[in-house]
Amino acid sequence: MDLTALLLSRLQFAFTISFHIIFPAFTIGLAAWLTVLEAMHQYSGKPVYRILFEFWLKIFGVAFGMGVVSGVVMAFQFGTNWSVLSKMSGPIQGPLLSYETFTAFMLEASFFGILIFGRTRVPPWFYLFSTAMVALGTTLSAFWIMVNNSWMQVPTGYVMQNGQFVPVDWAQIIFNRVVWVRFPHMLLASYLTGAFCVAATGAWYLLRRTYRAEARVMLSMGLALAAVLLPVQLFIGHLVGDYVHDLQPAKFAAIEARWHDEQPASEVLIAIPDSGTESNKYAISIPILGSIIGSLSLTSKEVGLTSFAPQDRPPVLIPFFAFRIMVGCGLVMLGLAWLGTWLGLKHRLERSRLLLWGIFLSFPLPWIAILTGWYTAEVGRQPWTIYGVLRTADAVTPFLTASAAMMSLILFVAVYAFIFSFGTYYIYRLLRAGPPGLGGKPLDIPAPNRPMSLADQLPTTRSYLEAGE
Amino acid sequence: MVMFWVALLAISILIYLLLDGFDLGVGMLFGLTSSKSKREAMLGTVAPVWDGNETWLIVTGVILWGSFPLVYSMLLPALYIPVVVMLLGLILRGVAFEFRGKASRSRWIWDVCFATGSFAASFMQGAMVGAIVEGLPFSNGDYTGGTFGWLTTFAVLCGIGLCFGYALLGACWLVRKSEGPVRDMARRQIPPLAISVLAFLVIVFVHALAEHLPILHRWIDRPYLFVFPLIGAGAAAVLARSILNHDDYWPFHMVSLIFVAAFGTLALSFWPYMIPFVVTIEEAAAPHASLAFMFWGAGLFVFPLMLLYMAVGYRIFRGKSVSAVDHY
Repeated sequence: MDLTALLLSRLQFAFTISFHIIFPAFTIGLAAWLTVLEAMHQYSGKPVYRILFEFWLKIFGVAFGMGVVSGVVMAFQFGTNWSVLSKMSGPIQGPLLSYETFTAFMLEASFFGILIFGRTRVPPWFYLFSTAMVALGTTLSAFWIMVNNSWMQVPTGYVMQNGQFVPVDWAQIIFNRVVWVRFPHMLLASYLTGAFCVAATGAWYLLRRTYRAEARVMLSMGLALAAVLLPVQLFIGHLVGDYVHDLQPAKFAAIEARWHDEQPASEVLIAIPDSGTESNKYAISIPILGSIIGSLSLTSKEVGLTSFAPQDRPPVLIPFFAFRIMVGCGLVMLGLAWLGTWLGLKHRLERSRLLLWGIFLSFPLPWIAILTGWYTAEVGRQPWTIYGVLRTADAVTPFLTASAAMMSLILFVAVYAFIFSFGTYYIYRLLRAGPPGLGGKPLDIPAPNRPMSLADQLPTTRSYLEAGE
Repeated sequence: MVMFWVALLAISILIYLLLDGFDLGVGMLFGLTSSKSKREAMLGTVAPVWDGNETWLIVTGVILWGSFPLVYSMLLPALYIPVVVMLLGLILRGVAFEFRGKASRSRWIWDVCFATGSFAASFMQGAMVGAIVEGLPFSNGDYTGGTFGWLTTFAVLCGIGLCFGYALLGACWLVRKSEGPVRDMARRQIPPLAISVLAFLVIVFVHALAEHLPILHRWIDRPYLFVFPLIGAGAAAVLARSILNHDDYWPFHMVSLIFVAAFGTLALSFWPYMIPFVVTIEEAAAPHASLAFMFWGAGLFVFPLMLLYMAVGYRIFRGKSVSAVDHY
């Protein structure tokens, strides 16, 4: 395959957006959790909530910073690499992203400063309000992004005029039925990411026999939230599948690795799809189940990939496997959350070290599920950028040279790898050091005139603890 | 409707120039001192607000895309390399804020990233303005200048000029927000920076004369444009006085006024062109349905709210930031 500007631009977009989504996926859930902690602390006055708040705020700060800077790239990359797309769809995507920036980014950015530096400068109610505003901002941002992406998946409410998508019905664009299953799907995924990271941290501390009080709160809150949300998430995921079935049949066929029309259709559980022979190798499939999943029927006819012209078919391997990995992660998380909550209720969780290990090691699962879910959605949309209307090959900047695209891709990969390694290392160190002030070894106490880092709030926390105990 | 979005775009660019201008400037001055305590005091003056400042760049980007998609889709790919380098600079300096405090042995890495990232972003912004002023070649909407077509002497001059401008703004911010050695250092930096900015303005002007840049004809056609340089000259005079009087408050506002004057000069010189002499505002504007949708929500209601958050943030962190440091 030639390294064309098109391929390099696609790789660059996939790389930068995959890198970016890791952080919002985490911070959306974490911001909501911080709001809950701050509210519970103000309501109950229990120090453990404040300790946890200060602890997770530091981690939030690092993740939020990486999310912000990698997000700025996204606002410009549509223009630099996808000029045809940005010119044609600017009248629709531009306003949607404007709403995102106006309603979400400025809210987050302004109140984030207060969250980190303003504890002593504002009254407690305003501090809680600021926390809630950051959480609201992250959620609104997710909403507008899902509206924007859903329009690219299922374009609606527009007419074509002078080579541009001209909006005629904004209500249809925003209240697109697809948005209202995909937005909850993404939001719940973020909450689950937060829940599993918090629970995994709690499990880790219990395994190390340290910070037990905080660890118990983290583990029980994280697992309980996940235990409730996961079944809802699986159901909403099914609804997302329904829209794909109805509105993007080629993507659905790729996810199912269904090459030919079948009636009733079988469900391929696992196989190695081969687009050369238009068939599956080593397939394990269950008869009729495909019709049940696709149409809730025992007899329905389900469409196969060969019903679409070869140039209109998406790749099969990535959507097929990515979808299965996503579902697998969801099921493993469901098992862990239910089992953990059950044992927790019976006060046996802390003794079952095997399960604690499982919960601790499960922290990457929500991210893997989010990334593979997005790969299913985005690769499955190919060869289209705007489904059924604008091909990806036609959307790229026509005069972009392969050398320029190569240069930028290498730079992005190098810089992102650099900041990602340090960022995860610093987060690891924060997690390892544990909540400040109780048990174990406290964090290094910074010089009083170091205004920068969140760790500087330590002395405040410590004096607070002394006063509270 | 079109005029409303032109105005909002201009306001957003101006706010970005002033706000991120001072924190990018502080970032470059940060690289000029090696004293740990000064560096930390300098960071403390911008840490609570930098994220909001940088958000105005995204505001500018999305207004441009939503309201003037043609300009967005022509300028960004034409300026591919400077945009990418600017973004990478902003990334490195942005994470430095969060990472620096977490690092122990690796702190120097983030100090270097903070200073060089700030410099790279500032230089590229100046160079892009220079390239746009000088005129980018387009044919049927496609850029024809090649990957490095933007890289001209004039663009480099503008890049260096903007670095001095931002550094001047940063020094004035430090004078306003800090005390002690940092303020004294910044106060000493203002005169050479101000003289450098002036020198670059003269060089840029002479260069423009020598190259017969089309912008000059506009100045002959529109003599009222000279109002802006006059405002700038007045502000420079007040700046000089306030420096001599060791005033902490006025220098920042006067340099801001100089920036406003420079921005006004440029913007009105090219009116009604958005990409000089290629695309006009009317040609670039998105369909009415897009502009109206943004106007009735984002423009009319949310934009004032954004200004309000910004004001709340600056109000909470008002005054000399040294007092804030004591709280930690």
